[in-house]
Amino acid sequence: MRYAMAIDTKKCVGCGDCVVACQTENNVPHGYCRDWIVESVDGTYPSLSLEFRSERCNHCDNSPCVRCCPTGASHVEEGGIVTVTHDKCIGCGACIESCPYDARYSHPEGYVDKCTFCLHRVQKGQQPACVKVCPTKCLHFGDLDDPNSDVSLAIKDRKWKVLAPEAGTDPQLYFLT
Amino acid sequence: MKEELFVSGRNIPNIDPYLNIWHWQIPLYLFLGGLAAGILFFAGYYTVRGKADKMQTTVKWAPIIAPIALVLGLFALFLDLKHKLYFWQLYTTIRLESPMGWGAWTLMIITPISFIWVASYMKELVPGWNWKFSILEKFEAFVIKYRVALAWVMMIYSIILGVYTGILLSAFNARPLWNTSILGPLFLVSGFSTGLATIIWISKDAKERKVLSRIDLVFIIIEIFLIVHLFMGFLAGSQTAIEAANMFLGGPFTVSFWVFVVILGLVFPAVLETLELWGYHVPKWLPPVMILVGGFMFRFIMVEAGQITRYLY
Amino acid sequence: MSYKAFASDGFGFFKSNSVDPVSDEDLTPYPTYCEVCFWKCAGWAYVDKSGRIRKVIGNQNDPHCNGRLCPRGTGGVGMVYDEDRLKNPLIRETRTDGSQYFREATWEEALDKVANKMKEVKEKYGPEAFGLFNHGTPGGMLEHLLRAYGSESNAEPAFANCRGPRSSAFYSTFGAYVGSPENTDIRDTKCLVLIGSHIGENMHNSQVQEMSDAIDNGATIITVDPRLSTAASHSQYWLPIKPSTDIALLMAWIHVLINEGLYNKEYVEKYTFGLDYLKDHVKNMTPEWAYGITTIEPEMIRTTARAMASAAPSVVVHPGRHVVWYGDDTQRSRALAILNALLGSWGKRGGFYFPESVSVPKFPHPHYPEPEWTWKDWNDGKYPLATMGITTELLKASIPRYNYKHQVKAWMVAGTNLPLSMPDKPLFKEAAASVEFIMVMDTMPMDITGYADVVLPEATYLERYDVIRSAANREPNIALRMPAIEPMYNSKPGWWIAKQIGERLGLHDYFNYDDYSEVIDWQLKQLGTSLEEMKKIGVKKYPRKSGPLYLADNEDFTFNTNTGKIELYSTDFADHGFDAIPKYTKHPEPPQNFYRLIYGRAPMHTFSRTSNNHNLWDLMSENSVWVNPKVANLWQLKNGQEVWLKNQDGHITSFPVKVRVTERIRWDSVYMVHGFGHNNKKLSRAYGRGASDTEMITNVAVDPVMGGTGMRGNFITFLTEDPALEGKEVKA
Repeated sequence: MRYAMAIDTKKCVGCGDCVVACQTENNVPHGYCRDWIVESVDGTYPSLSLEFRSERCNHCDNSPCVRCCPTGASHVEEGGIVTVTHDKCIGCGACIESCPYDARYSHPEGYVDKCTFCLHRVQKGQQPACVKVCPTKCLHFGDLDDPNSDVSLAIKDRKWKVLAPEAGTDPQLYFLT
Repeated sequence: MKEELFVSGRNIPNIDPYLNIWHWQIPLYLFLGGLAAGILFFAGYYTVRGKADKMQTTVKWAPIIAPIALVLGLFALFLDLKHKLYFWQLYTTIRLESPMGWGAWTLMIITPISFIWVASYMKELVPGWNWKFSILEKFEAFVIKYRVALAWVMMIYSIILGVYTGILLSAFNARPLWNTSILGPLFLVSGFSTGLATIIWISKDAKERKVLSRIDLVFIIIEIFLIVHLFMGFLAGSQTAIEAANMFLGGPFTVSFWVFVVILGLVFPAVLETLELWGYHVPKWLPPVMILVGGFMFRFIMVEAGQITRYLY
Repeated sequence: MSYKAFASDGFGFFKSNSVDPVSDEDLTPYPTYCEVCFWKCAGWAYVDKSGRIRKVIGNQNDPHCNGRLCPRGTGGVGMVYDEDRLKNPLIRETRTDGSQYFREATWEEALDKVANKMKEVKEKYGPEAFGLFNHGTPGGMLEHLLRAYGSESNAEPAFANCRGPRSSAFYSTFGAYVGSPENTDIRDTKCLVLIGSHIGENMHNSQVQEMSDAIDNGATIITVDPRLSTAASHSQYWLPIKPSTDIALLMAWIHVLINEGLYNKEYVEKYTFGLDYLKDHVKNMTPEWAYGITTIEPEMIRTTARAMASAAPSVVVHPGRHVVWYGDDTQRSRALAILNALLGSWGKRGGFYFPESVSVPKFPHPHYPEPEWTWKDWNDGKYPLATMGITTELLKASIPRYNYKHQVKAWMVAGTNLPLSMPDKPLFKEAAASVEFIMVMDTMPMDITGYADVVLPEATYLERYDVIRSAANREPNIALRMPAIEPMYNSKPGWWIAKQIGERLGLHDYFNYDDYSEVIDWQLKQLGTSLEEMKKIGVKKYPRKSGPLYLADNEDFTFNTNTGKIELYSTDFADHGFDAIPKYTKHPEPPQNFYRLIYGRAPMHTFSRTSNNHNLWDLMSENSVWVNPKVANLWQLKNGQEVWLKNQDGHITSFPVKVRVTERIRWDSVYMVHGFGHNNKKLSRAYGRGASDTEMITNVAVDPVMGGTGMRGNFITFLTEDPALEGKEVKA
């Protein structure tokens, strides 16, 4: 089982619903965010291209954040979801330094936090809050090992890219272009 | 024109606009760790070489600083933790892939060793010293008997400690400035150099200082060599690597690095030490202090600048 | 123990509880429909065991949202738990030295004061002199109160300051209104044309969702916009039009369709009137002619016209939403309606469907008294095709020196922040100073509350019962709003406020209930359901009674117009002396060193309503002024630099705004998101953030047809130094 997410940049309008939904679902403190929107503009008026990306932790297959954690608080759950056990985290910040996507942050309570693919919902068969709320339905989530899952079907016939592949972490967020 | 910006108001404390999770505590710890590693290495080396009598400061006096430095370093590290009450979790697992974990366990081993080393010389350092308990007296005799073996262990672990201070950073290849294997050897050599500088500073034996200065000179030259290669490597690398290097070649860290770390921290002390070896009179404390300040600045700048470099945005 | 104790975030006792996510099993859902904007998506407010609303999720069965709320709806919790909320009624007092302040009062005192003032106005001037500015459901309750009292002097900014022109234009053309939600069949369309619509930046929930479906279906999207909007970036064709020239483009498209014979001949033959007039009218409006005006290449005009025609009748030329631009907006909407008619999309799948709504029976009350004059009479014969009250006319009728035949002496304001929503701020300020009394009902200390004599704190939508929602959709449906928690602080629901005032005026018969849930229950029982059932399902759909969604092929159909057909040539307009078919008029261009101010929306905010909402403020805390790099170079402006804006009439923004240097905007224009630059210090997060585009809108081009206030004829220049330090110039 390998959970992954596909984000269709042809449909994303950068509304930020995924950010607010994550905040209310996971009680992310104000001033922090587990996911965010990046706007990318290129060209000269009027030959322009514009892309919106809903980004978050990539739950990498080869995650440096799990490797570098001295206590094992940062670990991989079933399906490849990378999470942090709050009570094992000492707040050393190594994982934050090791993430090429700057997806982690230091929670005010002391431990390190980040997107968990809403593990508590996935375990009950529900979708992550961001995927469930997205009005353009541009977020696809599911098991890559299942050829009929939402995410597998989404990336099947489309061109896609990942962010910073040169970092070598094997990210599991696929941006459909 | 290219624009790439956050449009969901992301402005996470200490992460945006650039990473700033590690502050002065980590560079201080790296500096003190390198320093202690240097001192302990040479203490062990000269013991093994049988030159303990000729290199008294190196072997007996300077190592007093080592445990103090290590404890202070550990304390700085503790202060850096954001979830302090759980610090003991560090010692519940051994994770071979985690440099932080390596550091925790290496320190766990070498700190007691350094205490033991100093303790074994207590009777020479403090006349009339008496271990009140017979078990401690027996232990002291044991250590003195097997001092050479202890010295070997100390040397090995001090090399591990020295290299580790560099590998700690280079393991985070998410920060382009640290994404180079040169950092390990560079920090090792730098650490040893700061250790030597400390010993030179407190030593009253001119012959000892001469021996150590020669070695230190070699180390400084190696350091400069490695720094040059560090930048050559960056400039030959990807766009992010070039941008990382550019912070030091015209960017915000140019002056502080080249002036304080290279010129005042390496070149100038090297020149002074050479002059001293040639017989000119140079204030004893000047080169070591410059090396020490340069060493700390080096680590401080590397940690600050490294966090600013990033792959994305 | 009531939830009130756990109201504020800083109640440390529950801190650790609030950190972990709560499983849905431990939450209780309450049905509601959102009030953060006017789309009114139905949803469920999830309340945890300690009585705190954790999240709001969309109702799966609701056609407005299909189970997915937009960022504002999801951020609705921020509206409830905003610590800056109005907590107690406030009454304005004047000190002996003439300075004024607000003091907290009891509901008794505040309501008495309002009722007494209403009695006074009735005696001295007649009840018609009490006006109402409203928007959304809060205003609805006050509207009922004022009708019972004898006044129909109300106006909504949504008409004259937003979508009025298209209402009048489409009504004259098709005999039907474009409602809200618009009856656009985007989800099945093959070609979506957006001219004056920025779907994706305006977060009209079901439309954004349907546009996403259209993209999945491979529909062709054509966007006409001087700026690379989000919709433009997802389009196959982006026409970067020169601002104010849209009518030329629309007429040129009509010309191409007619001259190349691409229009839907059967449809036009059967259902429309006036083709010959139209043919003659557009014969010289070639793409080449339009190119000189709009800067859109003739080939592009032809290609896009052909694309529309090949998709017809499954093509939507979107009517837009905020269409008050240059004063000839009804005519531009007419051109757009004509284009749709030629393509034969009205009443066809993928074009415009025939919507139907559930008719919710009115709770019994006596007939409203007949007022001597209403909002129709202010206009004094002007704006004959206006279908609702015009806000700017209500303002002018409040100022004695304008000498309107019917004068307004007092206001109620609910659900609209007039200082930021009314163009020509000086006019508003003069009107506010002229009236004898202003009552404001609001949830937040918005800028309008600073002008009030009595401020009444309303409970938010998550804390009250409200009217049953029944909007026109593909399927008729109703939605229930019920409180998820008790009103916080000392706030009260709108229905209670209206009833309390009404009873003080002796209007008990109009409020024949103790709790509004009785009204809802009665109404629901008339509709074959009940409050019990609706509490469980939230949304109920009903079968259509008015016939199919679309016109069948060759079906006979009479349109609700003078001729019984779709009027390409508008007899209504001709009758009133307006151009029966739109003409292109040139509009003023920015003088040297000035740039046209274009404004719009951001998907995470609703105008100025949400600027202080903590969840949404996290996403966007201020606006910026978009400046083209060439212009930035000229003025030496850097990204992030703060500038003050000054307009052609010398008005300067109260606060500076940050510059965003971007290629997305033309070099003759700048762009800002509307709704920032709040001037009320009680809004701790929103005060002083960004600048108010409204302050720059002082040149208003009034549409003679229905009184719409064209706002895009304002030009700004940059001030890089704080003008307050210089002490000169007129302040906004």
